[in-house]
Amino acid sequence: MAEIFGKTPVPGSGEMGKRTLLEHLFTIAALVSAVLTGAVFVFLAVFAIPLIKNGLFFQLLFSNWLPQQHLYGIYPMLAASTMLASLSLALSFPVSLFTSFFITAVAPRQLRMVLLYIVRFMTGIPTVVYSFAALFLLVPLMRAILGRGSGMSILTAVPVLSLLIAPTMIIFFVNSFQRIPSSTILAADSLGATPVQKVLYVIVPQAWPGILNGLLLGLGRAIGDTMVSLMLAGNSPTVPQSLADSARTLTAHIGLVLAFDFDSMEFKSVFVSGLVLYVSTAIIMSIFRITSTISTGRRK
Amino acid sequence: MINKTLERSVIVLSWAAASILVMSVAILLGFLFAKGLGTLSLKLLFGSTPPLAAITLRQQVFDGLFPAVAGTFLLVICSTITAIPIGIAGGIFMAEYAGIRQKAFFSLLFDILAGIPSIIIGLAGLSLTIFLHRLFPGRLGPSLMISALSLALLVLPYLIRSTQNALESVDPLIRLTAPALGASRIQNVVKVLLPNSMADIIGGIILAVGRCAEDTAVIMLTGAVAVAGVPHDPLSQYEALPFYIYYISSQYGSPDELASGYGAAILLLALCTCLLIFAFVIQKRLVTLLLYR
Repeated sequence: MAEIFGKTPVPGSGEMGKRTLLEHLFTIAALVSAVLTGAVFVFLAVFAIPLIKNGLFFQLLFSNWLPQQHLYGIYPMLAASTMLASLSLALSFPVSLFTSFFITAVAPRQLRMVLLYIVRFMTGIPTVVYSFAALFLLVPLMRAILGRGSGMSILTAVPVLSLLIAPTMIIFFVNSFQRIPSSTILAADSLGATPVQKVLYVIVPQAWPGILNGLLLGLGRAIGDTMVSLMLAGNSPTVPQSLADSARTLTAHIGLVLAFDFDSMEFKSVFVSGLVLYVSTAIIMSIFRITSTISTGRRK
Repeated sequence: MINKTLERSVIVLSWAAASILVMSVAILLGFLFAKGLGTLSLKLLFGSTPPLAAITLRQQVFDGLFPAVAGTFLLVICSTITAIPIGIAGGIFMAEYAGIRQKAFFSLLFDILAGIPSIIIGLAGLSLTIFLHRLFPGRLGPSLMISALSLALLVLPYLIRSTQNALESVDPLIRLTAPALGASRIQNVVKVLLPNSMADIIGGIILAVGRCAEDTAVIMLTGAVAVAGVPHDPLSQYEALPFYIYYISSQYGSPDELASGYGAAILLLALCTCLLIFAFVIQKRLVTLLLYR
């Protein structure tokens, strides 16, 4: 750290002095980015600390949302986020895993490239476009099927959210499959393994850290997505009793912008939601980093 | 023991999974195009205003998407201009200067930053706005500037990571030549490593542009509104394509407005797809140019 500010430019040569300044700027840029990451957390935390001190934090976390009774808890949103994210992951993970098998081994060679291009194209589809199309296609359909309510429910949001997180996982899986050392693959080939056998008995046992990491990224995206749940899940602030119920996730709760006043209870509940989301993302990404370190370490 | 049933079911399931995936996307987008293709015309953008007068800002467009397109365009320019220098410099630091421990520490932080839901970045932007509003009452509110800064923070980790990866994947032979001839570290970075990885860095920038253009969660908390006209001032509120799509989905008042929502969705999809293709082509084209010149 002392290097950044302590060292003076090399004397004698103006050119060299300028260059070292540039090198310092690289370090400063990285530091600034790191500080900004921390600043977002500090922003949320500074606001939450008084709430934690007077016990309001946990009260907000575990009570219901009943503004008429002066209850501003985010427990219903917490439940909705957990439900929506885990269901989407449960639907999307097998589809993504088998699609990545398809791209790596099962499909005819030309089809593999085509599918990989389609998956890459999917990463570029804006979330709001997915949600817009689903709002006018899926919601009326769900309304007809369920026969009650607006058609906006957890069940409506799950398939769209699954579709949204699938490309992230597929690309991650396919990349981790392709990083298996070619010597191992060649050994399997020379023993006469079929493509499927290679995937099942050679690639998957070696690529599990990659699979775990893809799963973590998918989970992170599922928890963090705002537009799908905001536009398709219905946003009612009650604990969902069934999948056909309307629900409001933590992200949607923030996105609805209930207040602009720091001191209002609505704003406090939004901040607690933000802090919960930040902390859960940080935990997911830390596990992600640990697994990637393990997997690169093993390869060396 | 090799299990034939297991292998067969893997083949069947793989075909099924791939078809489900492709068909779901095809149905959703097919629906969008079936409903929206008819609306695509200059009228969608400019309404009843003459296009030339609208582009030169001589006449305001009240019944077209032009202000939203212009807002998105300005937003993307402002946020990428802010994020690019910091992102690339940070990436150079990560690839060339960071020690092992520093690298691990910063990597974790940037992973977290990349993983934070965009709505949290929006919330931070919103809180900053409220805070500034209290400091300078009446002068600062939700605005293009706040949105651009928030979006810059959102894409920063992507820029850092793509620059870092680009530099780290430079061929070791090329990497070592200049230092062997007596070049300093910074000379090597500026004159050899950066030019050699330019294609990947530009590709990363274009992907970041796409991310800025499509994001809705950040801008709806930091200054995007339904009606604002073409922004004249960085401290004013503005219209943007993704926000327009979101707004129309819940607030449309007539079939015409809904139709323009479909049009806007196709426009945004086309924009993001073009950027994506552009990024791939540049990465491949530049690589081939560099290899075969």
